[in-house]
Amino acid sequence: MLIVLVKSAVLLAVVVTTFAYAMLFERKILGWMQLRPGPNRVGPWGLLQPAADAAKLILKEDLTPKTADPLIYRLAPFISLLTAFAVYAIIPFGANGDGSPWAIGNVNAGILFLMAISSIGVYGISLGGWASGSKFPLLGAVRGTAQMISYELSMSLSFVGVLMLAGTTSLTGIVNAQERVWFLIPQALGFIIYVITAVAETNRTPFDLVEAETELVGGFHTEYSGLRFGSFFIAEYVNMLTISCIATLLFLGGWNAPFGLTLLPGIGWFVLKVGAFMFFYMWLRATLPRFRYDRLMTFGWKVLLPLATLNLVATAAWVALH
Amino acid sequence: MIPFWIIAVVLIVSALWTVTARKPIYSVVSLLLNFAALATTYLILHAEFLAVMQIIVYSGAILMLFVFVIALLNSGIAPIVLGRDRVPVAPAAAAALAAIAFVATAIAAAHAPAIVPIASHSPLGAVGRGNVFGSIGDFGQALFLSRLLPFEITALILMVAVVGVVLLAGDLTPYVPTRRRAEQSRRALREAILREGK
Repeated sequence: MLIVLVKSAVLLAVVVTTFAYAMLFERKILGWMQLRPGPNRVGPWGLLQPAADAAKLILKEDLTPKTADPLIYRLAPFISLLTAFAVYAIIPFGANGDGSPWAIGNVNAGILFLMAISSIGVYGISLGGWASGSKFPLLGAVRGTAQMISYELSMSLSFVGVLMLAGTTSLTGIVNAQERVWFLIPQALGFIIYVITAVAETNRTPFDLVEAETELVGGFHTEYSGLRFGSFFIAEYVNMLTISCIATLLFLGGWNAPFGLTLLPGIGWFVLKVGAFMFFYMWLRATLPRFRYDRLMTFGWKVLLPLATLNLVATAAWVALH
Repeated sequence: MIPFWIIAVVLIVSALWTVTARKPIYSVVSLLLNFAALATTYLILHAEFLAVMQIIVYSGAILMLFVFVIALLNSGIAPIVLGRDRVPVAPAAAAALAAIAFVATAIAAAHAPAIVPIASHSPLGAVGRGNVFGSIGDFGQALFLSRLLPFEITALILMVAVVGVVLLAGDLTPYVPTRRRAEQSRRALREAILREGK
């Protein structure tokens, strides 16, 4: 019991620190891609910027609009935060020599558990936007709910292909099944679908219609300020990290070294792959414009879903024939 | 046994809150809590796959649609005030009695020796391959081999329900283009005004 608590505390510290520096990393990368220096005033190379941001958020006034539903308004950021962190209880980051994973809980239903928790995460956005009691958050929330439900379907279908090839729902088992070939190769289509739906699930550019600044002020979190806004913000970045971890575990071989290059320990490869995926995310944000809403829905239902189903049927046929 | 009693209290309280809450969104939140507690009950019964599916399907998809509909239709925060006095006392009392009888039977049954082989050693431990009770393989075999007919009949009943909803709530008049419909209603209105005039 105590060991689990200590492990959880350490992991929480690691995830929060990663979040803080992912934010700085993103701003630096955006600056680099837009030919400007990015944050560089607080500490050397702006390294203390996350601390300054945190202090600012904590000291800000916590506002609740008169028209808001006080209970749900306060509950929503917690749901977001809770579901964002809960998945780290089961994500394995590496393996010992005897094959036991480096994770707090070694759950055999790992991937299903992940899907269950992330499907609860939508409530933070939809309840928060609704309970704010004003127009822009409501629009953002309704959009966000529709978008996340639509893209979750294709995302789950892209998982099933991997599940069938690996023959297990355990995250460790899935990584072990990729010892020779990463699932990126037999599941190339599944991987592409996963990457697209993952960006949509975390509401990042080019799918950030939930908080489209130019049309919805701030979207679902317009009315939130201080640490309540901060909770949504942390949840968004932690979800990005989660999505990168899942991509690494399911498609990029987890902690398996590529081409037998075992000069780094497993955890090193894992961190590198997650970092590369995070960079890809930020690159997308600097490059792509936002989708129009009707095109987003058409794309999700008429392109991604049929493709994901096709991928599923093809994989099932392949598995059945071998 | 202690986790079961805690969960049981959460289940009953959240269920009561769901039906008594004055704001629809509170009903949704308490139903969310209820589903979570129900999933935990499944976990206690070692039906791991069912527990995860309960969360994914009911909390993640169906209840989400409720929130969506409430956000779309009832965007105001105002609670529902009408219809509170209309709770039928006699049927409610009968239902409560039936529920108590059911719980009593369930408790009596719980003291009977277990008929289910419990093979997994940890919660969420047995999901995966292999035909352990509550595993995906076990679940799939039950659903598609030994219980295929009841499964299909349930699907058919649901289908009938969907058709029934369309019949009850849907507009079954033949499709008329918007412009022509507007013309028709304008003409009807004009005629009504003329008749009133006479």
